[in-house]
Amino acid sequence: MEKMFKITAPEGLHARPAALLVSAATPFKADITLHFKEKTANLKSIIGVMAQGVAPGSTIVISTQGSDEAEALQAISDVIATKGIGEEC
Amino acid sequence: MLALKGIPVSNGVAIAKGYCLVEPDLSFSKITIQNNDAEIMRLNEAIEHSKIEIERMQAAATQKYGEDKGAIFGAHLLVLQDPELFVGVAQKIQSGMNAEHALDETVQFFIQMFEGMDNDYMKERAADIRDVSKRVMAHLLGVELPDYSRINEAVIIVAKDLTPSMTTQLDPTFVKGFITDIGGKTSHTAILARTMGIPAVVGAKSATMDIKHGEPLIIDGSTGEIFIQPNNEQIAQYKKVEEENKQFKQQLAKYSELKSISKDGYSVELAGNIGKPQDVASVLAAGGEGIGLFRTEFLYMDRLDLPSEEEQFTAYKEVLEALNGKPVVVRTLDIGGDKNLPYLNLPHEMNPFLGYRAIRLCLDHQELFRIQLRALLRASVYGNLKVMFPMIATLEEFRMAKTILEEEKEKLLLTDVPISTEIEIGLMIEIPSAAIIADLFAKEADFLSIGTNDLIQYTLAADRMNENVSYLYQPYHPAILRLVKMIIDAGHAEGKWVGMCGEMAGDKVAIPILLALGLDEFSMSASSILTVRSQLATLSKELLVPHVQKLLQLSTAQQVEQVVIDILK
Repeated sequence: MEKMFKITAPEGLHARPAALLVSAATPFKADITLHFKEKTANLKSIIGVMAQGVAPGSTIVISTQGSDEAEALQAISDVIATKGIGEEC
Repeated sequence: MLALKGIPVSNGVAIAKGYCLVEPDLSFSKITIQNNDAEIMRLNEAIEHSKIEIERMQAAATQKYGEDKGAIFGAHLLVLQDPELFVGVAQKIQSGMNAEHALDETVQFFIQMFEGMDNDYMKERAADIRDVSKRVMAHLLGVELPDYSRINEAVIIVAKDLTPSMTTQLDPTFVKGFITDIGGKTSHTAILARTMGIPAVVGAKSATMDIKHGEPLIIDGSTGEIFIQPNNEQIAQYKKVEEENKQFKQQLAKYSELKSISKDGYSVELAGNIGKPQDVASVLAAGGEGIGLFRTEFLYMDRLDLPSEEEQFTAYKEVLEALNGKPVVVRTLDIGGDKNLPYLNLPHEMNPFLGYRAIRLCLDHQELFRIQLRALLRASVYGNLKVMFPMIATLEEFRMAKTILEEEKEKLLLTDVPISTEIEIGLMIEIPSAAIIADLFAKEADFLSIGTNDLIQYTLAADRMNENVSYLYQPYHPAILRLVKMIIDAGHAEGKWVGMCGEMAGDKVAIPILLALGLDEFSMSASSILTVRSQLATLSKELLVPHVQKLLQLSTAQQVEQVVIDILK
C-alpha cells in the first residue's frame, strides 16, 4: 500500500517531523519505506530519514508492506496530518 | 601544590575536589572473532545499558528543565534504536569483526555522510550519532563516561569548555565552581557562572591536563588563581577569604531592601540580566528593580525546533507577572555571532560577528520575528513591557522593526486581543554607527540601552571570542567612554532614559564614571546587584563629575583605570 504526501513543515523532514514519523512507524511489523526522488529509506530509521534531506514543499511517497500495513499507513497519515508535517495529495 | 592562572570571570572562592569532564580513552583493538553470537549479545547488552542511561537522563532533564530538553534525549534514543545503524553493525560482526571495530566503522560512515552535507543542521546530527555511539562504545569497553547528573558531592567542574547543553545537566547544589581551558569574560561559561553566583576561572589553558579527577582544588574567581593540592596553610587562608566573602554577602543583604542611591542622593535603577524565566528569582532576591535585559535567544537554544508563539507567550507572561509592574526590557531574538541555531540552517560565515545576525536576520526572516513580536504584544498586558531591538546599525532598520511591530499590533487589535498601551520601544546601541547618531535615534525611540560587550568589540575591531586580541577588550578605553557619554547626552537631550546592559554596568571602576555621566539604568548579573548598590551608597555624584571631565581627556585605558582607583581611595 502507498500514499503520496506533500511536506509542509517549514523545516522539511528534519528533527521534530522526522522523529515523529519514526516514532509512529517503529511499533508496526510492516516494512515501511519512504520514497523521495530516486532514493528510498527505512521509515523506522531516524538516520535514514534525515539523510534524505527532504525539503519543505517536496513530494514523498510512503509505502507499507506486511501483516499490519493498513494500520501502519493510517497511523503515519494521521501523524502527518495532525502534526503539521504535510498533506495528502 | 601547583598553581595555575586563568581569566577571573566570576568572583568568590571555592574549595572542593576537582571533577574533570574529560573524555575517557575509547581506543580499542581490531580483533577477528570466532563466536559471532556472543559478540552480538555483547553489542545488544551495551545498547541496552546505554538505553537505560539515556532514558534516565531524559527523565531528569524533562523534570528539571521541561519537555524541550527532554526531547533532545528523545532524539538520542531514536538514534540508539535505529535499525539502519545497528543492523549494519550486526552484519559486520557476522563477518568476523569484533563489536568495537564494527560499531566504529559503521558510525564513521554515517558521521561522514552527515558532516559532508552542506547544512549546519545535518552536521549537528553527526554530533548526535557520535554522542550515542560513544556511549555504546564505552559500555563495550567497560569504561565510564562522565555523567554530571550523578554528581552528589561538592565539586569544582574542570572542562575544556562548557556548552549550554552540558550546563543544563549541572546541579547547582553540588557545583561550587568552574575551571575551563578556553573562554573569556563573555563566554557562555562566564555568563552562566555569574548567573549561578559561583566562582569561575576560564582560559586556564592546560587545566584539564594539569588537574586530575578528584584532586583537591582552590579557585579564586576574583584573581583567576587555581591551586592544585593546596597545603594546609593555603586552605586555611582561603577558608578565611571564603568566610569574609560570606560575611560581606550577609552585610550586603541589608541593601536588598534599600533604594539604589548615591551618597549625595542621586538615584538610579539597578536591574538584572536574564536568559530564562527561572532566572527572575535571583534578580528579585537581590532586590533588582527590574529586568534590564531579557536575552530571549535562550528560549530558542538547546532544542530541536523553533519555540511556538504560545510557548514564548507563556515565558514572557511569566516574567512580566513575576516582576509585578517593575520594568522588563525584552531584547528580541539576537542569534548569530557566537550563538547559532542549528535548526535554522544558517549559512556558515567567515566573520559571524559582522554578519547575518540579530535584527538583520529577523528583518530578513520576518515569519520568525513576527511570531516573537505577537507573543510579546499578547503578554504585554501582564506587566511593564519594554521591547528592545538588538544590533541596530541604521535608522532604517529601527524604523522597519517598529513598523513590523506596529503591523502585528494592529492585526491583534482587529481580533480583539488586549495589548498594553504603555509599551516602550527602544534599541541597543552596540554598533559605533548607532552610537555616533544616537541623537537621531533618541528622537524616534523611547529609550536607549548601551550594549558594551559588542560596542567594545566593534569600536576596537577585536573579536571578543579571539583570545589573541582579548587585550583589546578595554571598557575604559577613552573612545568607549566618549561614546558612552555621547549616547547618554543624546538620550537626555530628547528626554529619554538611557540604560546599559553590558558587562561594564557591573564593573567597579566603570560605575563611578557611569554615575557621573548620568546613566539612568544599570543592568547586570543578579549576583552583582547588591555589590553595586553598596558601592553606589559610597559615591558622591557631585564630587565625581569634575573628575570625569578630566578622565575623558586621558589617553589610555590604563590611565583611566589608575585615576579612578586613586579617586576611590
